[in-house]
This record gives sequence, C-alpha cells and structure tokens, in this order.
Amino acid sequence: MNKSVFFGALTVAGVLAGASVAATLDDVKARGNLNCGVATGLAGFAAPNSNGEWEGFDVAVCRAVAAAIFNDPQAVEFIPTTGKTRFTALASGEIDFLARNTTWTFSRDVDLKFDFVGVNYYDGQGFMVPKALGVSSAKELDGATVCIQTGTTTELNLADYFRNNNISYEPVPVETNAEGQQQYLAGACDTYTTDASGLAATRATFENPGDHVILPEIISKEPLGPLVRHGDNDWGDLTRWVLNALIAAEELGVTSANVEEMASNATNPEIARLLGTEGTLGEMLGLEADWAKNAIAAEGNYGEIFAKNIGEETPIGLSRGLNAQWTDGGLLYAPPVR
Amino acid sequence: MSDTHAQSVPFVRDTMLPQATPPLTAQGPVKWVRESLFSSIPYTILTLAALYLIYVLLSGFLPWLLGGVWTTSNIRECREVLDGAPGGCFSVLSERWNQLLFGIAYPRDGYWRPTLAFILLFVAVSPVLFSFVPRKLLFLTALYPFIAFWLIWGGSLMVPLAALLSVVAGYLVYSKLVKNNFAVGFFAGIATALVVWILSGFITPSLSGVLALEAVDSRNMGGFMLNMILGVICVSLSLPLGILLALGRQSSLPIIKLICVVFIEFIRGVPLITLLFVANVVLAYFLPPGTNFDLILRVIIMITMFAAAYIAEVIRGGLAALPRGQYEGAESLGLDYAQSMRLIILPQALKISIPGIVNVAVGLFKDTTLVSIISMFDLVGMIRGPILASTDWNGVYWELWGFAALLFFVVCYGISQYSQWLERQLQTDHH
Repeated sequence: MNKSVFFGALTVAGVLAGASVAATLDDVKARGNLNCGVATGLAGFAAPNSNGEWEGFDVAVCRAVAAAIFNDPQAVEFIPTTGKTRFTALASGEIDFLARNTTWTFSRDVDLKFDFVGVNYYDGQGFMVPKALGVSSAKELDGATVCIQTGTTTELNLADYFRNNNISYEPVPVETNAEGQQQYLAGACDTYTTDASGLAATRATFENPGDHVILPEIISKEPLGPLVRHGDNDWGDLTRWVLNALIAAEELGVTSANVEEMASNATNPEIARLLGTEGTLGEMLGLEADWAKNAIAAEGNYGEIFAKNIGEETPIGLSRGLNAQWTDGGLLYAPPVR
Repeated sequence: MSDTHAQSVPFVRDTMLPQATPPLTAQGPVKWVRESLFSSIPYTILTLAALYLIYVLLSGFLPWLLGGVWTTSNIRECREVLDGAPGGCFSVLSERWNQLLFGIAYPRDGYWRPTLAFILLFVAVSPVLFSFVPRKLLFLTALYPFIAFWLIWGGSLMVPLAALLSVVAGYLVYSKLVKNNFAVGFFAGIATALVVWILSGFITPSLSGVLALEAVDSRNMGGFMLNMILGVICVSLSLPLGILLALGRQSSLPIIKLICVVFIEFIRGVPLITLLFVANVVLAYFLPPGTNFDLILRVIIMITMFAAAYIAEVIRGGLAALPRGQYEGAESLGLDYAQSMRLIILPQALKISIPGIVNVAVGLFKDTTLVSIISMFDLVGMIRGPILASTDWNGVYWELWGFAALLFFVVCYGISQYSQWLERQLQTDHH
C-alpha cells in the first residue's frame, strides 16, 4: 500500500516534470543560454583550457546548437557530468542537451527514455600493443594478458570476441583509464583495450608514442552521439538538424571561412537552402533563417571540428576512418536539406 | 701509619681533580648516535638499511624536484626541455595554478575576494582557538560568516546585512525571553529571525546594486577553495549540531531521544557518497523542475549531517566518561539543566572529546574531495577532470597529485598540531 502510494507520487511528479519541460526551446530562449552536459574532462572531446574555456569535439556541437539558436556560440552553460550523473541530469531537466561521448544503445534509447539525435563519432573497441611484441593482428594475441576496465561494455565485448575466435586470454582488471595506462606501461599486461579514440588519446600522452601500435581490428560498435529527453520532438528535431547541418556543410564544401561568401552568392540550391537564403527551413525549426550559417560559423563544419580537436594534426591524432563522409568511404551521411 | 713512606706508595693525590667533561664518545651527538643507532649488531644493520633506503629515495626524489621544469606550456615541451633527464613537469602547477585554487569559472579579476576571505578566516577564528587573543575580536568572528559570504558569492552587501539583522533581532528576542523559559526564548528567537528575514526580502531586491560585487554562482566555485568552503562551513556547523544530538540522545524525553537516535544511527549507517548522490541526483527528481536549490547548499547540508552524527557519538563518549558525581554535584548546586550543562558537564566532556572531534574534522575535510564524484570541480575534481583530460597535460600524475597531497597535508597537520597544543593548555591534572 505504502509502496504504491510512493510510486504513484513518483509517477505524478514524473508526468508533471515531463509536461512542464516540454517546450525546451522556449525555456532555453527565455533563459538566454543552453545548458549543455559534457564530460568532466576527456582529452579532445571536452576539457576546459587554462583560461577556463571549454574546448573539444563534443563541446563544439554544444556551441553549434547555441549559435543556431542565439547566434552566439558563447551562450552555453557547460555542466560537467560523470558517467554516473549524466542521465539523471538530462532526465531531471538540469541540462537541455547531453553531448558526452555517449554510446547509442537500445536500452538507453528505449528504456531510459532518451532520443539520440545522431552520431557525431563512430567509435569502436580496439587494442594497443607495444611494437616490441611484434603483433600485427588481434588474432595473434593468443594467451596474452589484457588490461581491461571492469564493469564496462568493453569487458563483455572482449570476452565475446575472444570466444568467437577461439583464442585464450588472461584479463588484468583495472578501474580507470589512468590506471590502465599505468599498468600497461609498467608491463603488467601485453595489451590494453578500450575505445579506439581513447587508445589514441592515451598513446598520445606516452613519452614514446612510436613504440606502441593500435591494432587494426575494431571489435565493437560504439556510435557516440548527443541526446535529448524523450517527449519534446521539436527540440529533438532542432538539435538533430544542427548536427546534420554541420555534416552536410562539409559535404557541400561550406566552411567557417567561406560561409559568409557562400551565403551571399550561393549558386547550389542545396547550399542556399541550408544557409537560409532560400526557403523557410529556419522558420520550421522555430529559428532565424540563418540558423545553419551561424552554427557553421561558430566552430566550422564537421570536418573542421574534427580536425581542430581530435584530427591528425592534434596530439590525439585520430584519422577520419569511419567518420569520413560517405563520399569518401565513411559512414557520415546527412539526409538532404530540403 | 708510620709504614707509609715515599718508596711504598708511588703516587698520592693530594688535591681534588676538577670536574672533567665526559669523553667525546659518551656525550652529545656521538653518544646519541652510538646509543640510538649503533647500540647492537641488529640495530646497526637496521640503521644502515634505513640510511640506504633514505639515500635511494632522496637520490630519486631530489633530482626530480630540483631539476623540474616550471615554465613550459604543455607536457610535450616539458619532455623536450628535460630531454630524458630526471625532473618533474611542474609547469602544470604554474600554468593551472589559479584553476587548482579557484576552479575554472571563478571570475579572474575576483580572485582577491576568496583570498581575502581566507586571510580573514584566520583573524576570525583566532579568538575562538587561542585564549590569549583579545576578546574584542570575537565581534569579528560573529560578523565573519556574513563578510565571507559577501566576498565569495558577491552580490549586494544588503543581502548578508539583512541576514545579520535578522540574526541580531532573533538573538535580542531570545535574550529577553530566555530568563523565563529557555524553550520559549529559543523558538521566539527563531521566529523573529525568520520574520525579519522574510520582511527584508521585500527590500533587498530593490537595493541589489548597493555595494555590489560581481555575483558568482555556486556552480562556478571550484578548486581548493571549494574544499576549504565545504570544510570550514561543515565543521563549524556540525560541531554545535553534534553537541545538540549528543545531549538529545541522553535526554529523558523519549521523543527527543528517539529522534536523535534514529538520526544518528541512520546517518552513520549510510556511506557519505550515497548521501552526496542523493543530494545531487535523487533530489533533482523530487523537486519541481526549474527549482534552483543550490547544489553547494545541498552538499553542505549532507556533509554537515554526516559529520554531526559522528561528532555526536564522540561527544557522547565524552559525556559517558564523566563521573556520575559531576552530574550530581551540578544538581546539588541548584543549577538547572542548561546551566549545569554549560558550566559543569560540557566543558569537561568536550575536553575529553577533543582528539575524537579533531579526528572527525580532519576526516571530514578530506572527505570533501568526494564531491568530485558528483561532478563538482574541487581540487581533486579539477585534477581528475579538466587538467588530466586536456591534451596539454594528460600524463602528468605525480606532480599534480603530490601538490594536492601537500595542500591537504598542510591543513590536516595544522589542525592536529593545534589540537595537541590545546590539550596541553587544558591540562588541569598535575603530572
């Protein structure tokens, strides 16, 4: 009896909460800034610099959304979240938008009542080994000791992969990435496995990164994307299309450098629609006509954001790989802007 | 003794020798070394082994400390400059100094505010901690919470002033009525303070520009400043609360006793990190959306409750250690409950409890780093999150954690030294 009253109250509170936060865009406009949930710190994806300004791949997506709404990429309040607090922060309305390298999975989308608005980074689990080990493929790791973060999906992926390929291994459980890094460098394990982007970032911090290689096998799918709450489809559409606009801009050759010029004399009708010189796409989203232009001008198109934060010129040094445009053999494929 | 003559006795001393200093090997440092370090073969072996260990540690540590780099702008430059030579990359401390102390979002031109509040803290607590400091300074101690709030959080001076006014009004009413009845005075005082505070709420918004410092959100507090804020506030709040709980637990009124016992046992049965998660995450579900119930305030309430429960148990130990005769003596003097507690029981019980209270305070201060798990950027959160995650400094561990350990050590060692000094001061027996 008591229990049912309690859960009843909880449901009512939940319904009320859902109803009152439905018009997220109105709330954001009234507040004057976007509350964006990011990681407390992840190399290349989100971290404040020495001036306290947030930078990174996920941060750039937040700034693009803020620029689309306010024409001001600084109109973002960054709310650091941990892996444990991120979902409650979003569900409770503390943040409007979560861009925290979160893997798009069935249960998060369906059971936790969130909407993933797209994928901004296709990641996957990989292996790093010392060059001196002389291994060139994960299938040669028979009998190897593997440093693995406990309690993560990577642990399960690892077990699946090695069982499928009928090879044996000995896990060395570690708690955090930092600990994994230390154990691996100390030689406690032959190979360290986590998301490939994390491996690259980790390797970049080594004193001699050249002594270590990341094996070509990627053994899991980790599509990382920004997400919003269930139930406010207008807000979901807005954020989805800001992300799509960044991807489409790269495909169409619109960059932060030439976006003004492109907007003033666009010959390609798709570019004209995207940048708001033709059609009423902005109005449909409840934004100004130049929403996408502002979003692109903020941090650049998808390719520029990638290159600036995690690309090959940065210390992280990730190649585009799966994250290339579909025209270059990657998976990025923005639906037509029409 | 006629047999005694010069031939049979070769030498007879006929004067007293002056007192000679002991031989070199039996005095001063040499004696100390011989007796404490090399008194037997096992001791000698242990001494040599320890010396070797110290040598190994220092020969690794000193070049690292002295050969460190302080001016580069990222870890790669550090490695270039060092070029394989041993040395720490202390540049991270100099580059991120302000972030380590104040967090990422505190306004840069306002760093003097928490610094001033920190310096004033010593002035304000000195009359409480040291009996030789002039009593007049207690006036500043009473004002300090309001000054510090204004300095750190900013905004108009009128808000803390209104709070001060309501506290003073409440105290005046209390002191008028307490002569007749403690409970009446107590509750009337609280009611008055509340009324004055609510009334002032109508006036202060219109004066928001008066003597205003730039307002800083709680969310923007960070670094060691956050640890200090949480530590100082929670320790000073949990001590009186803990005393009340300890007295309540001994109360003869069953309802008060029950409340106190349930509170203490519940809080002590739950890990602090669980309470912090409740404060951060679960409360957000229950509060109506849009309510801005300050996160730091939530955390302060949780840590204070946690520490108060432990301090209550420490003080209960002190109360239990007092001989029954002290209670009976107080009663036989005709003192009422409040007087006997204030004049006889508590001074003795608290003195016995000092080591335990200090133990809780030191533990509590270190526990404030747990807020890094609920994504607040205290000193540990700053290091774990933004600094180690930046591509510039990922991989610098020893320097950062060593610095954090040093800061905490200084504070905790200071607290424990003070408590030892205080115990010596309060010693009334004659050993």
